Amino acid sequence: MLEVRDLWKAFGGFQAVSGVTLTVPAGSISAIIGPNGAGKTTLFNLITGHLTPDRGRVLLKGREVNGIAPHDLCRLGMGRSFQRTNIFPRLSVFQNVQAAFLSHRGRGWNLVTRVDRLYRDETVAILAAVGLLDRADDVSGFLSHGGQKQLELGIALALEPEILLLDEPTAGMSAAETREAIALIERLARERRLTLLFTEHDMGVVFSIAHHITVLHQGRVIADGSPDDVRRDPGVRRVYLGEIR
Amino acid sequence: MRLRRLPWPLVVLVAAFFVPALGSRFYTFVANDVAIWALFATSLNLMVGYTGLVSFGHAAYFGIGAYTTGLLMKKAGVSFLLAFPAAGLLAGAFALVFGFFCVRLTRIYFAMLTLAFAQIVWAICFKWNEVTGGEQGMPEIPYPSFDWMEGLAAVVPLVGGYRTSEYFYFLTLVLVAACLWLLHRIVDSPFGRMLTAIRENAERAEFIGINVRRYELAAFVLAGGFAGLAGGLFGIFNRGVFPDFVYWTKSSEVLIMTLLGGMGSFHGPSLGALVLILLNQQIVSYTEYWPLVLGTILVVLLFGFPGGLAGAAGALWTRAAGRFRRA
Repeated sequence: MLEVRDLWKAFGGFQAVSGVTLTVPAGSISAIIGPNGAGKTTLFNLITGHLTPDRGRVLLKGREVNGIAPHDLCRLGMGRSFQRTNIFPRLSVFQNVQAAFLSHRGRGWNLVTRVDRLYRDETVAILAAVGLLDRADDVSGFLSHGGQKQLELGIALALEPEILLLDEPTAGMSAAETREAIALIERLARERRLTLLFTEHDMGVVFSIAHHITVLHQGRVIADGSPDDVRRDPGVRRVYLGEIR
Repeated sequence: MRLRRLPWPLVVLVAAFFVPALGSRFYTFVANDVAIWALFATSLNLMVGYTGLVSFGHAAYFGIGAYTTGLLMKKAGVSFLLAFPAAGLLAGAFALVFGFFCVRLTRIYFAMLTLAFAQIVWAICFKWNEVTGGEQGMPEIPYPSFDWMEGLAAVVPLVGGYRTSEYFYFLTLVLVAACLWLLHRIVDSPFGRMLTAIRENAERAEFIGINVRRYELAAFVLAGGFAGLAGGLFGIFNRGVFPDFVYWTKSSEVLIMTLLGGMGSFHGPSLGALVLILLNQQIVSYTEYWPLVLGTILVVLLFGFPGGLAGAAGALWTRAAGRFRRA
């Protein structure tokens, strides 16, 4: 589904990503882990077109997507959520998800139809799936942090992606919220047959749902494989100083 | 309490038709002025309030519209029926060219570039004597012909017997109402929702598949086009077209109206136009320090009512309605 080949990116003198190669097979759940500053978010931004790599290639479904603008990547079936919560704060919860439908289904250039009734059922279905149906008419900026993360997931799902990239989906959540969010993400990925690639700092989360883990350290891949392989890897143990037992 | 359910815009429109019946030419003059500025300010709000693009040079398109209609009607003898839409089209075409560059920049740089383009237009209007009349402008723009109204009056009672300026006022009302209705449809459409999404979070908008620049350009062109239509009417209303229509003070005036009325509501800018013009008329008869008063109003507004008059009225209404329900 997604292939990253020998990707490099430097900011000034700082080499943020050095020769990263990874493959995300269709239908899999893959995770990128690493300590703070390992280059996870940079790698994500390179994949999603927010940054241009210095060298290397990103292939989505076999097609090279380097330098393609985010709005075009979105049409090619890549959805993403952001580490900093990223919604339309003064629109209602319903309008947030509906806007994604309008844009994705190419209705954005319609200047005459009244917007209120379009994609009602589809939007309601998504809100039900992410557990926000009872908050549909609330101003989305007033949702709790966890609620905004759920909404972001809802927006991403409305784009009917084949591959979904989640940047720290549980960042800033309590333990209970994290458990719920992960259960939700896993269920949605299964039901919608999504390919999932996510970054995460919570090892419990990663080892409970990922099929495949890539470990980044100082911009390089230091381990890559199944959760068991990664858990046993001596290099990983050293980086995490015994964090993984 | 069903006051809120009344079709208020329609009520205001119907009431506006009776202004000449009050018998004062001055009232009709002021009402005509307000109607045109309401359209101008609402067109700006499509950018400022709905898309989140602050333009400091919106008078450029107003002026281009005014010069277009003026030139066509005075020098080429073209009928208003063609000269009016031409004002919108030409202003929209200029907005397309200028906007193409402006939407490549963000925030303050965007605002400064809109101002720069507006000043270029002003300089051309000011200096191109052969076409625009230069500094002297272009006086004596003819009114459209209202002979057909007189003809109609022979058949339908009550439509005849008005002055030309009053006929023009009626025409302004009909055209402004039609334009405002169109703008309202636009902001209520899926396209309008995409603009709001861009205002709220352009980065996220990109990643739900919105081509942000293209939508911003479209908003720019539409806003410019409607400003051009307002300008087309204004040149005739003012009986002449002058370079100061394009000057930056006009751009700031329309921006102040939009903020005063409230950019968060569709009718806010129209309310702002009404209040500012009435205030101006009143205050100028007492003091020559209108800019001082205007500045003070602006300061109070920015700190006291960030939602503008419409926002303040809405909050007051909600509170009053709540108290009424509890009582």
